[in-house]
Amino acid sequence: MTPAAALDVVRPGALTTVQDEGRPGHAHLGVPRSGALDAPAHRLANRLVGNPADAATLETTLDGIALRPRTPVTIAATGAPAPVRIDGRPAAWGAPVHVPAGALLDIGRATAGLRTYVAFSGGIDVEPVLGSRSTDLLSGLGPAPLTPGAELPLGIPYFTPPAPDAAPWQAPPRELVLPLLLGPRHDWFTPESLRMLAGPGYRVSPAANRIGLRTQGPALTRAKEDELPSEGMVLGAVQVPPDGLPVVFLADHPVTGGYPVIGVVPEDHLPAAAQAVPGTPIRFVVRDR
Amino acid sequence: MTMDASPLHTLPMGPHALLVELDDLAHAQALHAEVLRRRAAGTLPAVRDVVPAARTVLLDGVADPHGLAAEIRTWRIPPLTADAGRLIEIPVRYDGPDLAEVAELWGMPAERIPATLAALELRVAFCGFAPGFGYLTGLPEELHLPRRATPRTAVPAGSVALAGEYAGVYPRSSPGGWQLVGSTDAVLWDPRREPAALLAPGARVRFTDAAAASAASVEQPRT
Repeated sequence: MTPAAALDVVRPGALTTVQDEGRPGHAHLGVPRSGALDAPAHRLANRLVGNPADAATLETTLDGIALRPRTPVTIAATGAPAPVRIDGRPAAWGAPVHVPAGALLDIGRATAGLRTYVAFSGGIDVEPVLGSRSTDLLSGLGPAPLTPGAELPLGIPYFTPPAPDAAPWQAPPRELVLPLLLGPRHDWFTPESLRMLAGPGYRVSPAANRIGLRTQGPALTRAKEDELPSEGMVLGAVQVPPDGLPVVFLADHPVTGGYPVIGVVPEDHLPAAAQAVPGTPIRFVVRDR
Repeated sequence: MTMDASPLHTLPMGPHALLVELDDLAHAQALHAEVLRRRAAGTLPAVRDVVPAARTVLLDGVADPHGLAAEIRTWRIPPLTADAGRLIEIPVRYDGPDLAEVAELWGMPAERIPATLAALELRVAFCGFAPGFGYLTGLPEELHLPRRATPRTAVPAGSVALAGEYAGVYPRSSPGGWQLVGSTDAVLWDPRREPAALLAPGARVRFTDAAAASAASVEQPRT
């Protein structure tokens, strides 16, 4: 009898989670959006193995993952480039690769960027929660981050993929440039703070995670010291906690927050933020609307 | 209840969202109800998320936030009527570890707490903190309570709790600093259920006395 399609995790890496396009539309119930941080890389990986865009992939952090499929499977690794090995032999990154049953698939440490996405033909088939298989690290919805020995079921493959000509990959720039649309609470900060935010000196903090891209740099000062009643938050909101250091909210951000949001980074610039390693300089391009 | 027309501020929040700020919670709740009415009637442009909070309503996933802001500024928003929203009764066992302390702060014997709360109709103002955690408003000012000086590291699921102007029920075990007066078997959060959350913004809530209910059912003649 053929074993059920599944993956056995050998080395989970620093932090590997199951991700798809998340669970938008439930914010009023306290449910974060979640989903792949580098959504274009997630979609590309799926396309390479013939999956629809909303199939679940694995999102690794910095040092990859190793696992064994129980049945033959087609995989593709995208996002942060990393060495791909099958039973020790080098295989292609950014292209569909066949992995025989029982072979060891090892995605190594990212050579640039932070998060590699690994798609499997059929997709990771854990039980969806509110229509999504994403791991939400803030609220704990979805499957737990992978651990050694974890078993992940795979879905039925969709079709044999046509091989795309090339998998586009933009190497992470040495500087992360983030446009920032002011509001809703930019008037809670001093004019000097707004100038400082637009200036040099910000870097990605080692404390950055799926909830937010934390920064290091000059602390912003408030013009208004009132306490802000909690209000709704959006993806890309740049919240300024009492330490004055801006945090760019990513997919697992809380749905409400009690610190002022100085501005919002448009969503299409967040995949680059998700690939910026700690220490990367950040330049906020402040735009008054 | 009568309400004066409240100044309403529309604030930009990125390319696809709009934050509407009002003077107080009552006006925010009235706007939230109006948004849901118009959405149900199909007269609101597509909005992915409507997130009410203490003084604001966030409209996220909007194609034209500027256009929607201009439209909202022309709305006549009726005050929330007392019977608006679904009524949910939550049976509570008054066995919380902070019951005696709450009784002392309220200046009443602990035995009167169940009836005091059962007499109130609360309303879910907004959700947050955890999936399915509703912030319930409607406690009169004399029943507002401070948070505990030291939060507990684990509050059991189903704990009925009070803090500040809010009441709430923990949907699952989590750390928490609210005063715990009781517990319920009601399932606040079940992702396999539709809707997953028992309490959604706008719903009305009454804490009934589980002890009184079970006493009544024992008294009923059996056949």
